[in-house]
Formats: sequence, structure tokens, C-alpha cells
Amino acid sequence: MFDFVSFFPRAVVQSIPLLYGATGETLTEKSGNLNLGIPGIMYVGGICGVIGAFFYEQSGNMDGFLAVLIPMVCCLLGSLLMGLLYCFLTVTLRANQNVTGLAMTTFGVGFGNFFGGSLIKLTGSEVPSIALSATSSYFSRSLPFADRLGVFGKLFLSYGFLAYLAILIALAASYILKRTRLGLQLRAVGESPATADAAGINITRYKYVATCVGSMIAGLGGLYYVMDYACGVWSNDAFGDRGWLAIALVIFTTWRPNVGILASILFGGLYILYLFIPTGTNLSVKELYKMLPYLVTIVVLIISSMRNKRENQPPESLGVPYFREER
Amino acid sequence: MENKTAAVKMRNITKRFGTVLANDRVWLDIYKGEILALLGENGSGKTTLMNMLSGIYFPDEGQIFINDEKVMIRSPKDAFGYGIGMIHQHFKLVDVLTAAENIVLGLKEPGRLNLDEVARKVKSICDAYGFDVDPYQKVYNMSVSQKQTVEIVKVLYRGADILILDEPTAVLTPQETEKLFAVLRNMRDDGKAIVIITHKMHEVEALSDRVAILRHGQFVGDMLTRKTNAQEMTNMMVGRPVTLNIDRPDPVNPKPRIEVTGLTVRDMEGTLKLDNVSFTANSGEILGIAGISGCGQKELLESIAGLQKVESGSICYVEDDGRREELIGKDPLSIADMGVCLSFVPEDRLGMGLVGSMDLTDNMMLRSFRKGKSFFTDKKQPRSLAEQVVKELEVNTPGVSTPVRRLSGGNVQKVLVGREIASAPMVLLTAYAVRGLDINSSYTIYDLINKQKQAGVAVVFVGEDLDVLLELCDRILVLCGGKVSGIVEGRGASKPEVGMMMTRLGGKTNA
Repeated sequence: MFDFVSFFPRAVVQSIPLLYGATGETLTEKSGNLNLGIPGIMYVGGICGVIGAFFYEQSGNMDGFLAVLIPMVCCLLGSLLMGLLYCFLTVTLRANQNVTGLAMTTFGVGFGNFFGGSLIKLTGSEVPSIALSATSSYFSRSLPFADRLGVFGKLFLSYGFLAYLAILIALAASYILKRTRLGLQLRAVGESPATADAAGINITRYKYVATCVGSMIAGLGGLYYVMDYACGVWSNDAFGDRGWLAIALVIFTTWRPNVGILASILFGGLYILYLFIPTGTNLSVKELYKMLPYLVTIVVLIISSMRNKRENQPPESLGVPYFREER
Repeated sequence: MENKTAAVKMRNITKRFGTVLANDRVWLDIYKGEILALLGENGSGKTTLMNMLSGIYFPDEGQIFINDEKVMIRSPKDAFGYGIGMIHQHFKLVDVLTAAENIVLGLKEPGRLNLDEVARKVKSICDAYGFDVDPYQKVYNMSVSQKQTVEIVKVLYRGADILILDEPTAVLTPQETEKLFAVLRNMRDDGKAIVIITHKMHEVEALSDRVAILRHGQFVGDMLTRKTNAQEMTNMMVGRPVTLNIDRPDPVNPKPRIEVTGLTVRDMEGTLKLDNVSFTANSGEILGIAGISGCGQKELLESIAGLQKVESGSICYVEDDGRREELIGKDPLSIADMGVCLSFVPEDRLGMGLVGSMDLTDNMMLRSFRKGKSFFTDKKQPRSLAEQVVKELEVNTPGVSTPVRRLSGGNVQKVLVGREIASAPMVLLTAYAVRGLDINSSYTIYDLINKQKQAGVAVVFVGEDLDVLLELCDRILVLCGGKVSGIVEGRGASKPEVGMMMTRLGGKTNA
């Protein structure tokens, strides 16, 4: 018997980090930057939040507002720095975007594991993880009356505020891209920077801002993962391949953040489906189910390239550095 | 100059690209209410000069005055501020956006983005000058001429009163060109300053009020169009007297070489591109192909070259001893292996003909590398071929190891044509071989084609300039909507006659 009421909320909490990552990456890619550093940036966002929360918890007195604010500011700062570094390398110095992105993912994961390991040493605990349950309790606090609303409350109101923020950001990103002058110009930068430049748009500024804002949004995904999903427990490498899944999600949604909301829940569901499907004791079958999100992405790639609709293609200059006087 | 006020004065403008001096102390005045034609050979720095006015490049030296005020144009945005709008040779439009979205791109109008409001304004501009634009159409669905119209509306929407058009007619049909000229004359009468870069002498004579000529990056002089003629302008461009007649030697021992019967081709969407086309191309003869662009010229050449899937019909290659071989169903490589040499200059020269980031030598090698036997490539022959092409066609390049991407458009084309002709073909297929070439290089190319003809090559020449087709070709096949409208003798055919056949099957009103 498939238990939807317990499956759906778990799919949602799985989906939120993916949604943050995908929204951030979509904004970045719309400016023509293919930031493969997103997994690393989410990792850095997570560990920076943990560092902030750790020292605030160490300081003793806990204030609810500060307990949320400090990790968030730390997380945003950390991912902003990563975004700036990426922009400096690819936009200002025109380095290869793929290589830069992959290097930043390696760097971000190493950075996270190094400081995670240091904090674990500081606490001197037996298990290789840090538990920040006090901070986490503020992050995962849901509306007080959610429990009383039965199934509805469990399905839609049982999440921490970062989950709703993710959906709001995705909707806002969609609106900005589609309906505003800013979004129109950002899309033009990603499609054809030479055109945008000739139209008087500052390419460098758009690329920097879109990539940095995108990185900060993606970083929040890392923070949500530690503080809400993992109940404030940081252990090295636990974040796993969610960053890559977020990039796959961007292609899956054909660069539309509003579609990303439902698509990320689908991906989240596929990600944990193996827990809900009776597979007996055969562990290898479970492993096969874990392939689902990636298989779906491949299928979508095939379908969208077969339909060959121009609107569903990646931004045309994605991955290409822009230099005005190039001949 | 007849009490006209100068909208733009450029003084001592110099621009270098690395070691290449693109503009050398250029003086140029642009007047209001006047159409100025900017002439010069390929690579003489016309586009570079105009790009400095529109903010794409920044001059190394010199000053620009607009309405007698010294200005610095650092970016396209600054240029818009001074009312300068440029329509580039390669359109600057975002394909996935609509016309209206492209038009407002980069503008800082107050309030929210309201595309319906934009569409309304676009309509009023269109009505004022006689354009036809659907503001909600996506650019990738548009024809070249529609795209160009969007570009012009875009510039007007920004309130530009100095318009620069870089080779605007290179991709237009004669009818579309006429429409564009009417619009430009309207705008001139409206008091706008217009600069047009073109290589077509009869357009210069028909449209412009004044011509300015650049040679090797230097300003040579300017004069009123009605006081000069094509011969004088060409001499100034080249720097020495040039003859402006195309030779047409008699065909040499013509024998059927390619026989096409009942050729029918459909494109990917299933539209009929060629409908029951039959003709014979003879050796030692130039067969011209005329027609409005997109009437099946590309499909015809690609079918012969083995690049296009054919629905029905046959294409026979006839050898000197009368043996016949069917070309349909063979891939380009095996067509070459049979001893059939087809040389092909695609319409899109960089897209299909050359690799932009490779140098001249390597691009020459693309034709010949399969002939090598050893594991390693032999660069000697391609290099000497490249050197020969550079010398014979006067390609303006720092050397044979320069990536072709760095050359100016016309020079790229010379490299391509030179390579194709050098492979000593039996059949030479060329499409728009002189598109974008200046008049002097065009004549060099015509000479080369004539030499091939005299060597017994069957030449199929797809052209867009009717005057040239009539002067160069022995016979002209006229296509109309994928059907053969007729085949006329080049000698004695008249321009109106062929023009009629291009627009109507058979060329008669009741046909």
C-alpha cells in the first residue's frame, strides 16, 4: 500500500535543496554563464551557515531571531564569495566556464569537508558529525496550527520557513524573467551578448549580478539541507549529489523556475521512491530505483531535443565568454 | 556643401587591431538630410570606422564631433544618447524574442514593461515610413528582410537621427531592396543623416547623394554622386584604373556534362523545393541560375553535390567518352571518388565552407587531406596553395597562419573561392560567389571563373545580380518557386525579360 500522506512531505523536503539550486542555476545560465560550480557553492553555503550557527550556539544565550539571521547571513556571504570568484574567472578573465565550474565544485566540497572536520574536532564528539539542534529547531519550526489541520496541514503546512521561501523565490524569478525589463535584458545577455551590448546593456554587470544572486540562492539550498532536512546535523559528504541533480533539474524544466517547483517535488519523490516501494530484501533493486531522477532527465533531454522548439533550447551563448572587440 | 549642416564630423580617427592598421587618420563629415555612401574595397576599414561611431570599438586616436560638440562614444549606449543607430551586416537580434521585445531591448523607459504599448508605438513608426512588421512575431520565424526591417524600426524607436546601414542589401531580393530604398529616401526627406555601406555600384548611383571613399584605412576623398560615375569611384577605391567589363569568351567545345531530368526535392517540413527540374550543363560553358532567393537554388546545387536528399528524378554525370553515371544516392565523398569533381561555394561561407578558428593553410588542407598516404599530414602543398591564393586574389591577411575568423568578410570569401577553384574541378558549382565582395575582387573572381570555363569546366553559377548574370553567362536558367521558368541565351537576353521570368512562370502574364 502506497502511503501518499507520508510520501509527499518527504518528497517535498527532498525537493527544496534541489529547487534552490535549480532556481539559482537558471538565473545564472540565463546570463550565459554555465556555472557547474553549483554543487560546490551549495556545499559552501551549507558549511558557512553551520560555522555561523556553531559559534553563535557556543556563545551561550540564544535569541530566535539572531539564531536564524546569523547562519543565513554567513551562508549568503559564503556563496556570494564563490559566485564572485566564478565571475572574476569567467567574465573578467574569460577563463573556460566548464573547467572553472568543475574546479569550484571540487574546491567547495573540499572547503566544506575541511571546516566541517575542524568543527567536529573542536566539539571533540565521538561521532563524526556536529549537531546544531537548537538552531535547527528555529529553522524547522512550522506554523503552530499545522498539526491541527490533519492531512491538509501535514501535506502543505508542515515545513520550515525556508521551504516556502524557496517557492517564493522561484515564483519571483519566473516573474522577473518573463515579465520585466530586467528579465528581458538578462535573457538577451544570455542569448546573444553582442546584440545586448549593441542595445546598450552592460554585459559584465548583468553577468556578475545574475551569477552572484544565483549563487546566493543556491547557497540557501545547502543551508536548508543542514538546518531543516538534516535537523542541524552536519557530517562530511552527506549532501551527496544533490547539486548535480539541481543542474539536471534546470535542463528538465527547460529554464523555467516556476516549472521547477513541481519538477523538484517530482525529482524529490523519485529520489526517495525506493524507500516506499516494496522491494523486499534485495538491495540491488533499491539501487536501481535511485537511478530514476537521472533516467528521467535523459529522457527529457531526448524529448526536448526531438521537439526542437526554439524556446526550449538552452540560452544560445551559454558557456561562451563575451569580448566586445572579438572579430 | 549646399548650406547643409554636419551631423557628424570625424577627425583624424585611427584604429589598430594588433599590428593591423584598420583606420589611419580618417576625416569624414556626415550631413543631415543626405544619404552618404561609404565605399571601399574589402578590409578598407569602412565597418570599423562606423563601429567607432556606434560605440562598438573605441578609436585609438582622433576626435568625433556631433552637432559641433566634441563627444566621447564609449559604448553603444552613448551612441544611442547622441542619436546614432547602426544596422549591422550580421543582424543584432535575439532569435527567441519577439520583434517588440527586441525593439525595447536595453531601453530605460519609465514604468512597467508593457509590450502592447510598445506594439502600438511600433505600429505608428511603421505607418509613418511604410514598414510592415508584426510586433508579436518571433525573430527566428522571420525572413532576412523582415529581420532587417525590425533592425531599422529598432533604431527609429530609439529616436535615432543618424542611421548607419552596413551592406543592407547583400541579402535582399531586388524587390525588397527597392522597398528599403524608398524608406531610406523617406527618412532622408525627414532630415535624418544616413550612411550606407555597399559594394553595388548601381545602388550607390540610384540612392546616394554623396560618396566617400576609403582605401587601405585612409580617406581618399568624397564627391557628389551625380557628378561622378562608377568608373571613377572604382578607380578611387582601388587606387589605379580598372576596367569594368566582364569578358564572355565563346564556349569551348561544349559537350553535355551534367544532365538533370525531373529533379524533385522536398525539405524537412515536406514543402516542395524543386519541382520537376530538367536541364543540361555543358562543359566549357557557364550556366547561370537566376531566381528570387529561396526559389530552390540552394537545393539544386546541394542535390548535385550529394548533400541533399532527392525525392525523384535523376542527375547524370556524362564523361567525355559518353559514359554516364548516376549521382543520386551517392554521398559527396563517393561522388568525388568516382572522378567527378564538384566544387561548392556555399551560401553561408563560414558556416559550411571554412573553419573559422583554423588558419589559411589548414583550411586549404580540408580539401586535400584524404589524398595523403602517411599517418602524418603534409602541410607543404596546402601552404603553397594558400600563398598562391593570397597572392592571386590579393587577400588582405597578415599571413597564411592567421585564423580565417580574423579576416574581414570579403577576404574570407576570397580564400574559399580560391580553394574551390584550385582543386581543378570538372564541374564547378558556385552560389553567390561574389556576395559581399568589393567590385575589384568580384572582377577577379569572374576572371577566374572564365578561366575555368576556357579550360573546359562546366560552371554552374548561382547569382543574385541580374546584370552580372546577363554579362557573364552563356545560358541562364531561371527558377521560379522551384520550377524551371525558362532557359535563355545569355547573349541577347534582356533584364526585364529575365526579371519577369523570375516572378512568373514562363515570364508571361497569361502563362
